[in-house]
Amino acid sequence: MTTHKVKVTINGQVHEAKVEPRLLLVHFIREVANLTGTHIGCDTTSCGACTVLVNGTLMKSCTVLTVQADGANIQTVEGLEQNGQLHPIQEGFMQEHGLQCGFCTPGMMLVGKALLEDNPDPTEAEVRKAISGNLCRCTGYVNIVKAIQYAGKKMQESAEVKTPAAVHAEG
Amino acid sequence: MIPPPFEYAAPRSLSEAISLLQEHGSEAKVLAGGQSLIPLLKLRLASPTFLVDLRKVPGLSTFKESDGHLVVGSMVREATIEHSPLIRRRYRGLVEASEVVADPIVRNLATLGGNLAHADPANDHPSMMLAFRAHVMAVGPKGTRRIPIDEFLVDTFETSLAPEEILTEIHIPQPTSQTGSAYIKLERKVGDYAIAAVAAVVTLDGGICKQAGLGLTNVGPKSIRPTKAEQFLVGKHLDDETIREAARLAAAAAEPTSDLRGPADYKRGVVRTLTARALHQAAQRAQKGASH
Repeated sequence: MTTHKVKVTINGQVHEAKVEPRLLLVHFIREVANLTGTHIGCDTTSCGACTVLVNGTLMKSCTVLTVQADGANIQTVEGLEQNGQLHPIQEGFMQEHGLQCGFCTPGMMLVGKALLEDNPDPTEAEVRKAISGNLCRCTGYVNIVKAIQYAGKKMQESAEVKTPAAVHAEG
Repeated sequence: MIPPPFEYAAPRSLSEAISLLQEHGSEAKVLAGGQSLIPLLKLRLASPTFLVDLRKVPGLSTFKESDGHLVVGSMVREATIEHSPLIRRRYRGLVEASEVVADPIVRNLATLGGNLAHADPANDHPSMMLAFRAHVMAVGPKGTRRIPIDEFLVDTFETSLAPEEILTEIHIPQPTSQTGSAYIKLERKVGDYAIAAVAAVVTLDGGICKQAGLGLTNVGPKSIRPTKAEQFLVGKHLDDETIREAARLAAAAAEPTSDLRGPADYKRGVVRTLTARALHQAAQRAQKGASH
């Protein structure tokens, strides 16, 4: 079996390895990069627990080959927190009780983050459409929707707070 | 689940990709978005020894209107189709089919070409392409071949592509100002295959149906064109009675089997109902186009 040399950046850190073409991206993330926040749920492209951002695009990493992601920039749940500060989406899930067992949460949070980047103030219907490829068996989704909307508001507020300050600093 | 071992290449040109397919013959498989192929590998329902990934082949990921057709590269993603204002405005049925493929995350990778070349009768685009009377372009060692969609779809998981040919483009005839299209799917939940789905395209001329295209999803060994229903519509006003009769003819053309998505008779009933809805929707859109 020929192995292929791949270089994948995960949460800003470069990982280089020789991999078999059949190695799934989720296995690379969990077993080569040792980042086990990305979960394997159904393993059949249904549940979305393995969702990560690849070059800014949401993908189910159980249905991507590592060789397809060669050269890519990946963000996993571990990359949400910055300098000890929770990302607003993480804060939202905490404040709004957006998780119970937590298994689907890494995927849900990345989907929420990606949604809010395109649409900072989504309606309930828009959130539900965005998370329709992610299964949660505990919450009934109500609080997940609230958590994502909470994060949207939080991100807008902090953007508003920053703007006048930046103007002041420049002035 | 871990796929069986295989070799992999991501060639940078179409000719290189074709040479690889020639070299490996029917043992090779083309990898597009991978959202059907990788699950098949993981379940070990397919075990090609060589994968040719098209992701680096230039020119397959764009679409444009030219020479009377919407020309869509085979690697154009479902999400790209969903978000295109041009396609939404002029080829609504195509957008509606893309919107119900699997789920939003899968659609970031899944491609139109992959959906067609996989030739799963449960896939949504084959019947939409039947209704549009589309054709596809295939490139192989002997050059380029134009294949009408009816000839392309041979049987369950079987197309008329030769092992060393690659599907490069999908050509959909441009609509007239009085063409409308629709795709309506009944599914148990997001991400599931259709219980049944119906694609419809109608072109009107002064209120009379000039051309009609229909396609039925997941009610037979391949996507079905209900020819009698199409022929019945041509030359008529698309009133309730005409549409009801066409829907009856479409249901008669369906070949559903009983399975976990329901008994055959039920599915035939679903085809009748969805055909009527899709025709009403397409006709309404065709009329709206005419009023502009």
